[in-house]
Amino acid sequence: MSLSKRKLSYGLAINEALCQIMEKDMSVFLLGQGVKSPWYVGATCKDLLDKFGENRVIDTPISENAMTGTAVGAALIGMRPVAVYPRMDFMIYAFDPIINEAANWHYMSGGKSCAPVVFWGIINRGGEQAAQHSQALQSLFAHIPGLKVVAPSTPYDAKGLMLAAIKDDNPVIYIDDRWLYGVEGDVPEEIYAVPIGKGIVRKQGKDVTIVAASYMAQEAIKANEFLEKQGISAEIIDLRSLKPIDEELLFESVKKTGKLVIADGTWKSYGVSAEISALVSENIFKYLKAPVQRVALPDCPAPANQVLEKAYYPTKDNIIEAVKKII
Amino acid sequence: MDYSKEFLEKLYKMMLKIRFCEESFVDPILKKEIQCPVHLYSGEEAIAAGVCAALTEKDYVFGNHRSHGHYLAKGGDIKELIAEIYCKETGCSKGRGGSMHIIAPEKGFLGAAPIVAGTIPLAVGSALASKIRKQEAVSVSFFGDGATGEGVLYESLNFAALKKLPVIFICENNFYSTHLHIRECRPPAPIYKIAQPFGISSIQVDGNDVLKIFKIAEKAVRLCRQGKGPFFIEFLTYRLRGHVGPDDNIQGSRADIRPAKEVEEWKRKDPVKRFEKFILENKILEETKIQEIKKQIQDEVKQAHNFAKQSPNPLKEQVNKYVFK
Ligand SMILES: Cc1ncc(C[n+]2csc(CCOP(=O)(O)OP(=O)(O)O)c2C)c(N)n1
Ligand SMILES: [Mg+2]
Repeated sequence: MSLSKRKLSYGLAINEALCQIMEKDMSVFLLGQGVKSPWYVGATCKDLLDKFGENRVIDTPISENAMTGTAVGAALIGMRPVAVYPRMDFMIYAFDPIINEAANWHYMSGGKSCAPVVFWGIINRGGEQAAQHSQALQSLFAHIPGLKVVAPSTPYDAKGLMLAAIKDDNPVIYIDDRWLYGVEGDVPEEIYAVPIGKGIVRKQGKDVTIVAASYMAQEAIKANEFLEKQGISAEIIDLRSLKPIDEELLFESVKKTGKLVIADGTWKSYGVSAEISALVSENIFKYLKAPVQRVALPDCPAPANQVLEKAYYPTKDNIIEAVKKII
Repeated sequence: MDYSKEFLEKLYKMMLKIRFCEESFVDPILKKEIQCPVHLYSGEEAIAAGVCAALTEKDYVFGNHRSHGHYLAKGGDIKELIAEIYCKETGCSKGRGGSMHIIAPEKGFLGAAPIVAGTIPLAVGSALASKIRKQEAVSVSFFGDGATGEGVLYESLNFAALKKLPVIFICENNFYSTHLHIRECRPPAPIYKIAQPFGISSIQVDGNDVLKIFKIAEKAVRLCRQGKGPFFIEFLTYRLRGHVGPDDNIQGSRADIRPAKEVEEWKRKDPVKRFEKFILENKILEETKIQEIKKQIQDEVKQAHNFAKQSPNPLKEQVNKYVFK
């Protein structure tokens, strides 16, 4: 495969993935609120309705529970639905079809049937939108057996993981963040897949491992620019998939550096950062030279006021602070 | 005349208050002094004013994302409302909630929240509590036509009907949910009929005619108080502003997705102007008195903005204040 160098924004990378796979595979269809409105989904669904028509690009009524169940049902007879939620918060109405039905289906049926749906939840936070319009729920989904969870941070991964998620025979939760939509990067023009369950070393280092996913992986890279100037050599791992998680890559790095900072955009308690920390102490405890540090959301709903928002959402500065604590 | 002069004046003042309050946000939004998403209620004032005029402070109201009007009509304080929209510590939700999370429990406005249909069963719950406690209070749930897509509405109708609860379901049908016309969201059957299979009395009423609104709300309240609830009312109305913010920029441009002709037609049915005409024609108030009232309300709104702008932001150290009681 020729990996052509061409820059695309994160949002358009998703758009290209959908466009190419829908052209190639008639079983793929898209449904959700706002698929014809950039106000909801940015550039991700650009031109799809014109290209593929109303049967395969369905802007739905406000009925998350039933729409999601509909996607699951279609998947059970061989379709490959992509169900989009312009804010993850709205997915909470759809927990039953996602968790009770799709996630359990393969197991409950003794492997006779499966529900390969991509549940695509968009984190749409900031802007004083407050508690019901800001949530990042990947930890909740990652808790559920039978669901895979991916959270790309670059345009390359955004396209590659969307394609991999659609191809996967299991239900996959695909999570992106509107704050990433403007990020530009190299994206091959052809169809490719980023393997689910594989992380990537964004930058090699020896003093400390910073592990992150989604938007926080971008913040980790920004933190590194500062750390480098201070003579601190950080190794940055972008997990890309939260479940399954790339334990091997994580352990290898922590064994080398002995120090771990986890940067995660979900709540601190019982979440992604807790899981990573537990995996490391359970498996490679003796390599740790310092307590694991976690940068995550405080256990608090998203506030409206922007001063509070600034205090609420972790950034590169919090990562730098955490690194400095153990260096 | 069926109504007293005082009553009509009060009703008119409330509609003006809501209109002026809503329109007062346009400029600060465009200047980015207000950043939180604001769903303006301009054009729909008659519904909040008319329905809440039939309620007492002991009755309960729940709202949705477009609830400034419900809050004000139920007696919520305008300073605290506007301060909340600036997300200040002095706001009704202490700057933690913003425009979509407003509340005035002391006035029976039990809260608004933007998850579509999310507050409908909460109103059923307050009605259930009133029944258990043998209290007269009636609960009102305001929601949009978009909420008819959510299953929880039907579950709520069923339970409320089953237990004969004193709850009034009020659908403000403005023909759009965000970027979609109602015909793209539901088959062409009228919304009010969804209540009928549950044996709930329901009716469709002009949502821009405040006296008609008051009249039907009064009847619904009376029935609920007599243990003959629930009741369902569909009001036909139209928003004169965008889905969120002053313009309809839903399609990523400033262009209104609604046909200009349609908007113009509805502007002619402006509920505030319509009631003003009635007030003048029936000599309820003189033109000079109307100007005086308008100035008073404009001053009140302006003062509330000043109060909001001068109010402090919440302290960042207190971001997690109010997580638990
Ligand atoms: C569960 C859920 N899904 C989607 C949304 C996004 N959303 C916000 S307002 C709205 C449309 C609501 O339309 P309607 O109920 O008719 O009220 P209107 O805005 O017309 O007053 C939608 C879809 C949401 N807030 N909650
Ligand atoms: Mg509507």
